[in-house]
Amino acid sequence: MLEFQILLPSIVNGLTLGAVYALVALGLTLIYGVLHIINFAHGSLLMAALYAAFFAHAGLGLDPYLAMPLLAAAFFVVGYALQRWVIGKASHGKDQNVLLVTLGISIAIENLALYLFRADTRTIETPISYEMLDLGIALVPYPRAIGFAAALGIAALLWWTIERTDLGRAIRAVAKERQGAKLVGIDVDHVFALSFGIGTAVLGAAACLLLPSFYVSPSVGNVFVLVAFTVVVLGGMGSFTGALVGGLAIGVTESVGGLFLGQQLGQLGIFVIFIALLLFRPTGLFGSRLA
Amino acid sequence: MTNANDKRTVHKLDRRAVLAGAAAIGALAAPGIGRAQTPTIKVGVLHPVTGALAFSGGQARQGAVLAIEDINARGGIRSMGGARLEALLADAQSRPDVGAAEVDKLNEAGAVAIVGPFASGIALATTQAAARHNLPHIVDVGVVDQIVTRGLSNTFRFGPGLATIVDTALENLVRINDQAGKPTKTVMIVHEESAFGSGMATTLNQRLPQLGFEVMETIRHANPTRDFSNIVLRIQARKPDLIIPSNYYDEYVLFARALQQNRVQTKGIYSILGGGASSYRFVKEFPQAADLVMDCNHWFDPRKAASLALKNRIEAQGLYFTYEVFLAYSCMLLLADAIERARSTDKAAVTAALASSTFSDHIMPYGPTRFVNGQNQGARPVVTQVQQRDIKLIFPVEFASGNPVFPRPVGRG
Amino acid sequence: MSAWLQRALLGASLLAALAFPLVAESGFWIKFAFTTLLFAYLGQAWNILGGYGGQFSFGHALFFGTGAYAAAIAQTAFGLNPWLGLPLGALAGGAVGWAAGYLSFRYGLRGSYFALVTLAFAEVFRILANAVPFTGAGVGLFVPLQPGWAQLQPGPIGFYYIVLALVFASLWFAWRIENSRFGAQLMAVRENEAAAAALGVDAYALKVRAIALSGAMTGVGGVLYVQFYLYIDPSLAYGPGISVEILLVPIIGGLGTIFGPLIGSIVLHAASELARRIMGDAPGIHLVFYGVLLVVMVRFLPDGLAGLLRRKRKAEVPRNA
Repeated sequence: MLEFQILLPSIVNGLTLGAVYALVALGLTLIYGVLHIINFAHGSLLMAALYAAFFAHAGLGLDPYLAMPLLAAAFFVVGYALQRWVIGKASHGKDQNVLLVTLGISIAIENLALYLFRADTRTIETPISYEMLDLGIALVPYPRAIGFAAALGIAALLWWTIERTDLGRAIRAVAKERQGAKLVGIDVDHVFALSFGIGTAVLGAAACLLLPSFYVSPSVGNVFVLVAFTVVVLGGMGSFTGALVGGLAIGVTESVGGLFLGQQLGQLGIFVIFIALLLFRPTGLFGSRLA
Repeated sequence: MTNANDKRTVHKLDRRAVLAGAAAIGALAAPGIGRAQTPTIKVGVLHPVTGALAFSGGQARQGAVLAIEDINARGGIRSMGGARLEALLADAQSRPDVGAAEVDKLNEAGAVAIVGPFASGIALATTQAAARHNLPHIVDVGVVDQIVTRGLSNTFRFGPGLATIVDTALENLVRINDQAGKPTKTVMIVHEESAFGSGMATTLNQRLPQLGFEVMETIRHANPTRDFSNIVLRIQARKPDLIIPSNYYDEYVLFARALQQNRVQTKGIYSILGGGASSYRFVKEFPQAADLVMDCNHWFDPRKAASLALKNRIEAQGLYFTYEVFLAYSCMLLLADAIERARSTDKAAVTAALASSTFSDHIMPYGPTRFVNGQNQGARPVVTQVQQRDIKLIFPVEFASGNPVFPRPVGRG
Repeated sequence: MSAWLQRALLGASLLAALAFPLVAESGFWIKFAFTTLLFAYLGQAWNILGGYGGQFSFGHALFFGTGAYAAAIAQTAFGLNPWLGLPLGALAGGAVGWAAGYLSFRYGLRGSYFALVTLAFAEVFRILANAVPFTGAGVGLFVPLQPGWAQLQPGPIGFYYIVLALVFASLWFAWRIENSRFGAQLMAVRENEAAAAALGVDAYALKVRAIALSGAMTGVGGVLYVQFYLYIDPSLAYGPGISVEILLVPIIGGLGTIFGPLIGSIVLHAASELARRIMGDAPGIHLVFYGVLLVVMVRFLPDGLAGLLRRKRKAEVPRNA
């Protein structure tokens, strides 16, 4: 049977696709874990980062992999400012208001991109776009292989930052008990903004890793945002290991599901797992690390 | 790999031109200023310029607006004292309900007719809303055949519908396959899930076996699909002679890239309403993947001077010359011709003039214009092939600008 | 505001609403009013569950789409009169609501978990609707054009009155809920589920009832939508767009208030139209303005517009009272 012949390479495909999902979800899980908000603007911030990577390549000739630290820094600033002076200020600490504010931001960013760059789908080619890494059981395009390695690296870096640094301790304190953190003199608004900034910085890096094997258009954020939420819940809100494993699991589910149920229904598997998990183990595979 | 420096300059130009294009659109948004002396005739230009369909909508709007410029530059509507056309631009936001509401707004703003709205789903709603006002509505793209089979007397579709497109595609496929000594027997279809892809796949599955082809597998995929590696794995395992894709541009790019990465060799790629194979952008950005790909789609008549002039103008604005542009352009010319003959802005008169239109001054490779129940009987798609980084028309023969290269020579692509 | 003034205001707006189509010559404004009222109605349906019950759903498209498809399939495949589609849509929406509620509340989902599970339910239905043949798959379903009251295609003015009646019914219904035992218990669960349970309230049964009610109401809205536009496809029916549009209305207007959804819908649709008119034709720019407007509105009206009125009223009462 054809399906079993190509099962192994299909699983490998799922893993590299899942790494992309994990990259997009890592920032989201941090924001979710610390601020406990559903950030609707995540997809459009990813889109903005993809455009930044695109223009860095097209305008400045900067290879996306080299642009990574630059974009991460730039998007850290964007994220910090957004949380500190827009989302934090406008939401008055209410969930329903965070929803509206991030939704408003996402509508504004998406259409600003449409206005400035038009709706064209843009792609870039890097010298390695068509090079394949031979794993024996499967061929993997280099951009995807690099994305996979980077997802592991970024997850490890985030884990180290949160678990082993003072900044991380402050973030964990705020995530767990914001009133208490305030009492011991932690500037909660600052820590919130830092967390949002780090989450957005990860998105900047993710965009650089995604662009060589994908495309960018003003609505590209919508392609990933639902999956990213699924990954975050699957892994446990606030857990980086969870986001990584969750992303890979979703990627494999989609890939293998598509193989046996037909490509169109592959994504069904994602949501069925998601619902089942929410119902039976709402804290996710890895519990909740931060909250 | 081309020289990296070259590429950079191209991209830079591209970006500047994009900004210039955006400025031009902005300038067009305020029409009619300083032209108060000559009478004006308002026409609705309704497209989804925001939301999921924004690219196609924006291209179509640009085509319609350029047509209006040309008509006015040639002296406007001569039978009405050189009256000028004025575009009333409207945005359907990629949604049928918004499109329908915009129709009412255009009607109240005094539009004599509407050209639009690119997508089939939106067209179903806008044609119906326009029918309530007896407002003539020229559908520029929308290939779903229900648009013209509901008995709406205000609705005219200048381009071909899905049934005609599949007929033409198959006629030409059999022709080139026979010419080449029937190298192709097995086929795999990869199509998107919405109206045009699914409709096409259903018809193909009925017709291909009758024509002696074996459909090995039909793969339907979602919009958006983020990864085509598995689809390519299936293709590699089944080794079909021919792949027939039908997708939107975004998915087409990912699919073509995955095919190229995995060095998939087939005797040909024959898309029907494919997102990439008749796109100059795709040919420029993916020259290798695009090489010798064929596509049955809407296309301009390459033998007409007017089409090439329009192509140059569009490209000078930093835009790509896509089917949305020249179809909307032609539809606006069709409307101007009808108003010219109606000698009036009366909606009924314009509708009657459209119904009896024999308009021939367009840039499409169509037979004589004749509307039956709102469908232009002369409309048909063509088959193009990417050859030497250009898009050549290979079928029907009377319009052809190149000969088909089929099957694809081994080692290419 | 005195009770007398309130009643006078209500009466006046009722008269104005009834007379509107007779005065408005414009087909555009009638359709605008239809859409605004339809979303006021859908927003009220969401408000029952989200506002009074405190259970935020991100997936009301689930009920909207199910109602729309149920009526459209019954009509196109079985020739059912679309008037009967209305109760059928309610039944279908209610049943799906009950099932979704049964699953998610049985397992104790709340807050953002509940929100995300409703979103996932809607996505599952969207993917399925794209795949199975009886929904017309990706092609969608076309309801035949048969103008006239008999086939529930009465034209824009007729639709306006139908949806106006629905809005009044939903306002009355919300008022009844506010003043009923069911409503009081629902609000108690919203404020503190454990405390409510301690007082003998069956929170689970209550929430399932609320979501089934909300789903049934939303399903009817879906039927009206499909009758008006005569077309439905999986993204229109079950896409996240419709879910978000429904939940925006009561949040902007004021959660858990009778008039919140109506006010919210009017403000949102007016803002969107205003953005289109003042921002010109360049693609996207009007939506940028709309997005920014949303943020600014939340910044200055944290409790919704109805909250603004309430705050004023509170301010009139002495602070130390």
